[in-house]
Amino acid sequence: EAAPGPASVMESVEGVARTLLSFGRLSRGLPFGRAHGLSSRDPLLPLAPRSQENADPQRTAFLLRKQWTLYSVTPLYRFSNAHLRDYARLLSAFIAAEKQKGLAVEVGVELDIKVAVSSLPYLKGSDQDQAAILVQLSSRSPASPKNSEEKLIWSGWFCCVSGDDLSKNVPEDFTCLPLFLVNGAECYTSIVGSWFQKTFDCSFRRLAISPLILSWMAAMWTGCKVDKTASAMELVFSVPCLPQPLDISYAIHPEDAKALWDTVQKTPGEIIQEEVDVFMDCLYSHFHRHFRIHLSATKLVKVSTAIASAHCDGIIKFLQSQYLTGVLMLLTELAISQIE
Amino acid sequence: HLATSLPLPPERDHLRPRIDLVAFMIDIKSKYSLKNVEASLAYVDDSFFLGKVCFLVTGVGRVNYCSIEMNAIRNLGEVYCSPVLFCELEVERSQVATAQRLLRTLEICAGHVPGVSALSFSSLMRNCADD
Repeated sequence: EAAPGPASVMESVEGVARTLLSFGRLSRGLPFGRAHGLSSRDPLLPLAPRSQENADPQRTAFLLRKQWTLYSVTPLYRFSNAHLRDYARLLSAFIAAEKQKGLAVEVGVELDIKVAVSSLPYLKGSDQDQAAILVQLSSRSPASPKNSEEKLIWSGWFCCVSGDDLSKNVPEDFTCLPLFLVNGAECYTSIVGSWFQKTFDCSFRRLAISPLILSWMAAMWTGCKVDKTASAMELVFSVPCLPQPLDISYAIHPEDAKALWDTVQKTPGEIIQEEVDVFMDCLYSHFHRHFRIHLSATKLVKVSTAIASAHCDGIIKFLQSQYLTGVLMLLTELAISQIE
Repeated sequence: HLATSLPLPPERDHLRPRIDLVAFMIDIKSKYSLKNVEASLAYVDDSFFLGKVCFLVTGVGRVNYCSIEMNAIRNLGEVYCSPVLFCELEVERSQVATAQRLLRTLEICAGHVPGVSALSFSSLMRNCADD
């Protein structure tokens, strides 16, 4: 039997008076992402993020609620987990050299930068995955006393969650860590990036997220169960072809969104394109009925749900530790498809 | 003749010349454009689908703006037995090349090219696209 027709699903949306709709937050248009290729996908994308019951929230707390900029990274040549301390030392020297050249860093601030490179073995999907690698830059102003606390100024981590598609096709000397997440100033990102590129013969590219993939995230993440009261689901659209950029923010009560998704989705744990389309069409029809605006003619640029939020420029925020690996799995796949 | 959707207004039927080719335009950035085309297809007489319909998909140069799934477009071409042309109308070179292709297709559909029928040409285009 075909999926429930849009008419019956819309009735469930109709009956829900609690839906919040906010319209027309006139804001400056967000910069568009770079043109990155994305291969056409099979109807069945990876399963919706599963909740990890045994995830240790303490170990991953530092990754949550921070804005991470995403990059795809080609496999690293002759990278070894055993030499992390050496890498930290070499990177530190590289940064100092760049500073001498006057290339580094924030103007007017004299900082003593320390580099730490560590492994995060619990951040992986399968045993074939490489353990995630974390690079942290911290600083201490030379004026402050020797034993004063260092301030974390930049973090970047490489990871691979269920990246079997890539790792099985790659020769022995290469390490697959296709996803790179960064939080911190761009100047440090480019220095650390150049060092990795020079040392391991890899290349970084910003990871853009198309509106198609953002709708998948909206549908997938809406279906995830959260313990505490979830925040509203928010979709942000950018309206094209206007003299002044216009963004439309559409906020939906999380329970309503979940109720709608539950009506649409047929096989638990599996999602197909048709279901995502019906879900989004219902939301668009509902909006059109109230505001006479076809959201389907605009560009979806940002999706926020209780478990994570994602922006088309390739920026992500993780909000729930038990779904961290699940979201990373999807991002790893996006990174791999951008590399290939 | 350019129209935003079908059916065409009946008042002008008697003034309209014979229609040899219908090119449906889909903008990959706009899901709405796909819905619009799907709704308009219902107003096209069956005889047109023997080589006198094609789908023109623009915006393929910037895939990170993609709001339409590729499979949906391929399905459309298959279901309606019509070729799908991909282009980037915001780029001048692509505009010119696409216009030339459409013009050539139109010549064939209007019967101006001896020995080539609309049906045989569209099957040729569809088979090439599959390769």
